[in-house]
Amino acid sequence: MATRTQRGAGGVEAPDSPATQAPPAIRLAGLWRELGERVVLEDVSLELAAGESLVVLGPNGAGKTTLLRILATLLRPGGGEAAVLGCRLPREAWRARGRIGYVGHEPLLYRDLTVGENLRFHARLHGLEQPERRIAELLGRVRMERRVEELARNLSAGMAQRVAVCRAVLHEPELVLLDEPHAHLDPEASELVEPLIGAAAGRTRVAVTHDFRAGLAAGGRVLALGHGGTVAYQGPADRLSVRDAEAIYRGAPR
Amino acid sequence: MRAFTAILAKDLRVELRTLQSLPGMVLFAVTTFVLFRFGLDRTSLDGSLAAGVLLATVLFAAILAVNRVFVAERDQGGFDAIRLAPVDATAMFAAKAVGLVVYLLVLEAVTVPVFALFFLDDWAALPPLAAVLVLADIGLAATGALVSSLATGSRARDLLVPLLLLPLLVPLMIAAAGAAEPLLAAGGPEYDRVATWLAVLGLYDVIFLLVGYGVFDFVLED
Repeated sequence: MATRTQRGAGGVEAPDSPATQAPPAIRLAGLWRELGERVVLEDVSLELAAGESLVVLGPNGAGKTTLLRILATLLRPGGGEAAVLGCRLPREAWRARGRIGYVGHEPLLYRDLTVGENLRFHARLHGLEQPERRIAELLGRVRMERRVEELARNLSAGMAQRVAVCRAVLHEPELVLLDEPHAHLDPEASELVEPLIGAAAGRTRVAVTHDFRAGLAAGGRVLALGHGGTVAYQGPADRLSVRDAEAIYRGAPR
Repeated sequence: MRAFTAILAKDLRVELRTLQSLPGMVLFAVTTFVLFRFGLDRTSLDGSLAAGVLLATVLFAAILAVNRVFVAERDQGGFDAIRLAPVDATAMFAAKAVGLVVYLLVLEAVTVPVFALFFLDDWAALPPLAAVLVLADIGLAATGALVSSLATGSRARDLLVPLLLLPLLVPLMIAAAGAAEPLLAAGGPEYDRVATWLAVLGLYDVIFLLVGYGVFDFVLED
């Protein structure tokens, strides 16, 4: 799916023959965002084609979660241009909603509803007709089918994360945005959710991770944000060494 | 419509399961009636005093529910969920307002008979009083849902809700008391002045439903 690219102004990698390409799944140009007085993202530009994977790396406070929330239409861009699934943000955010799956820091599960009730609630919001089969299938794949009647408040953090992954892909989104999707998951659970949210699922995928070794090993594209939300590296994963990634985390210039 | 029914059904299910709001509201209202009974040292009330005791008690009991109406959405990700779904965000405002109306109707179904038992010699006013209360409930719920959504992100939510809500409810209280006072008159219900106040109540309801519908989308934005 990835196309041969050339680096353009501002770090944007433009496709060779745009006339023949479908619109990129994500296009950012000079994106910035402040939270309060602090600039958390500065001049972020990138293009991601449909079906591509992007790993977002960076130290704490580099703006990774802010970037993901902007892409999820949950935060407005402060400035610059942002388009997701062909929809310009924030004006056309409503057209992108329902086509995005999002796993954030919170599982987005109501604690006083059961696992099944939570998933049925989200299914109704997304207009899924008779979602029971889909819910049973997803819970089965993450080995949570026996917890369907359990209140979300009684789930461990890892179990809640497994259900959150089911919630995020319930409506078969075109784009999945994952903020530390393996947080709280043991190795076995990580393997269980990987087919749903991993590159093999065939969806366009943006994943934030602190495990840069795993992120680089996964291949695809990498966006590394440095302190202050500036772009420290953008390009193929195989061109960023582990040592350079470590330097970005330490804040050293690359 | 599917988002509206999903959110309303979810809220009612959670309330039935946890009883976080309604028992507290009922207990507050009944306790307040007891305090008025002994504080005023009266076994019978009528006219404006009866209307004031009933409506003020319902109003303050309602604030207990208004304070909580968006807590789960803020703490458990409901705001994000609604913005990730291809639905009109105002469905959440409508569902919350209707949910509050349901709470208030249940509250009044239990506490108005208690009020009548404590203070009314003649229960003939109760059927027409129900119309006043329903219209007041709609206005209170619309304003309450809007104010609660504004205040829910603040750490001072418990202070902000009454500070913002009570001044906005002054016209509603004037109209509701104006309609209830002749119904609770000493000699029995008088209907000649009620229609005007009911119209004012209805107008208040329409205005705040429209305001809530118009601004709720912006409230949800970051």
